[in-house]
Amino acid sequence: MSGKRIWKNVGRYALRFVTLLIAISIVSFVLVSLSPVDPVQQYVGAVPNVSMEQREKIAEYWGLDKPPLERFFLWAGSILHGDFGTSLIYRRPVLDIIGEKFLASLALMLTAWAFSGILGFTIGCIMGNFHGKWPDKILKKLCLTMCSIPTFWIGIVFLMLFSVQLGWFPMGMSVPKGLPADQVTIWQRIHHLILPALTLSFLSFANIALHTREKLVDVLESDYVLFARARGESRFQVLRRHGLRNILLPAVTMQFGSFSELFGGSVLAENVFSYPGLGAAAAAAGMGSDIPLLLGITLFSAVFVFVGNLLANIICSIADPQIREGFDHET
Amino acid sequence: MERKSTAVAGPVLEVKNLSVSFRMYDRGLEQYDLKVISNLNLDVRPGEIVAVAGSSGSGKSLLAHAVMGLLPENASVEGEISYGGKLLEQKDMERLRGKEFALVPQSVTFLDPSMKVGPQVTGPRPSRERRQRQREVFDRFHLAEAVDRLYPFQLSGGMARRVLVSTAVLSGASLILADEPTPGMDLEMALEALQCFRELADEGRAVVLITHDIDLAFQVADRVAVFYAGTTVETAPSGDFLRGPEALRHPYSKALWNALPQNGFQPVPGFQPYAKALPKGCLYAPRCPWRTEECGGEIPMRELRGGMVRCIHAT
Repeated sequence: MSGKRIWKNVGRYALRFVTLLIAISIVSFVLVSLSPVDPVQQYVGAVPNVSMEQREKIAEYWGLDKPPLERFFLWAGSILHGDFGTSLIYRRPVLDIIGEKFLASLALMLTAWAFSGILGFTIGCIMGNFHGKWPDKILKKLCLTMCSIPTFWIGIVFLMLFSVQLGWFPMGMSVPKGLPADQVTIWQRIHHLILPALTLSFLSFANIALHTREKLVDVLESDYVLFARARGESRFQVLRRHGLRNILLPAVTMQFGSFSELFGGSVLAENVFSYPGLGAAAAAAGMGSDIPLLLGITLFSAVFVFVGNLLANIICSIADPQIREGFDHET
Repeated sequence: MERKSTAVAGPVLEVKNLSVSFRMYDRGLEQYDLKVISNLNLDVRPGEIVAVAGSSGSGKSLLAHAVMGLLPENASVEGEISYGGKLLEQKDMERLRGKEFALVPQSVTFLDPSMKVGPQVTGPRPSRERRQRQREVFDRFHLAEAVDRLYPFQLSGGMARRVLVSTAVLSGASLILADEPTPGMDLEMALEALQCFRELADEGRAVVLITHDIDLAFQVADRVAVFYAGTTVETAPSGDFLRGPEALRHPYSKALWNALPQNGFQPVPGFQPYAKALPKGCLYAPRCPWRTEECGGEIPMRELRGGMVRCIHAT
């Protein structure tokens, strides 16, 4: 790919990124303004005997008496300066909280993502290879069932089975209770991670498997596989040389495109397991009317999903010969 | 086009009474067998090109797939396919394809789009000799060294066809089945493509040329087998097709000749029967001007004036 083309693409993605963030800011700000959430009430909370005058003073201090448009520009202006405000429930800067919670979530999401990707792809390959025979039939029914199971429900079932009945895994949280943070071992963290990660990976695993199966069946019925067999390539050689080669790219693209589902799923999975990640924080912010944190997480999740799709596009353009070499031919 | 027939030995490939049917699902779970090829006969000798001509849906491509053992799993095959006098089983076909049998498919979609041409043609883990041989074959078909590193979508139409033909040459196969190698080509290109097959035949290979460009087929082939509704109705030296309908035997072949643009463009009423609703006895009977009572019985293939015909009235 020529240097000029790279810069053109970088420019295009940057523009898309900026417009996306502007649109998300406007929409989420409007939604929050229209919602019945009252930040003053949330701030005052359970403290009794706060007079109307005091409430008005708080509202004035926060600029809540100004018209919505002006409020939006004030908020957007601080965001541009890197100031996301202070979380009302954690009483700490929003960015610090996002950073801290995201690290915890990242471990969970990465594990689930890798697990569902590898397992989904493998099972999809098995189904595709045995297309129409009994291993395919059984696995396909299993996958379809799994597709229709809600994440939170499978999380609860896992908890009941593996934590309550069998006692193999802890009931929740990311570290053992009552232990100083510096004494927590990596094994304890992993031990706490397994069940939530397994739950989260259930979300996309069956989808990936079914998608891979469909692709592989298409490829194995294609003209070029027929011709490869006519040239004397064995079944295994055909699978390795033509099958995997042609399904790997769509699978990887889909895997990177699944960041949004992953983030959405983490909200459910983290809540079921009381796992202190970004998903749980998002739910807490929503429930607790913590508007600065809620808006911060919304913007952050948009960036997260955008990066996933961007990675998918970049990998696609590097790995797919038709796109890669096509560029050179175009100009 | 110059033609030197070197056909002397016995047939390399002999197909006798071949029938291919597919297990299909009707409404609900009802199954039935769709017979797409019935009682088909064909033989090819070394150094000979036999053109298989017929309209779409007459079972031409399936014949090639049946010989290579490439039919899908819901297909069942009856009859005999023998190679060099030996009767072939499915596992023999799997062993022989790519070595003794080669398929030349019709278009670039038969090449893996994600794989460079060179490695794709040499096959998995090629030896140094095989790579060298591939280079020689590509040179013969005027494919430059840079072509090895191109992806199929980067090939021009002509290059793609030469790549496909070179796979057959590279395999060293003595039987080449070319499945519609000339569709959508202008006359000059088509003749050039067919010339390749003539050269391969002249080297002593046997070539089955499946085509519906019948007038092209007469030009290059030694014999022509005419297909109708999944069976052979006539096998004749291609000279007979050049001489005209009087030299031909089967009424369908005559009709085919008369339907060619240069011979009057006369259509025959009716259409080829669908495989699910084949008539009893002669498959051409519903459209045949010579039809009599006896046409409803079994019609064997018989020798007539140096060719074969499946018609009791042919003289």
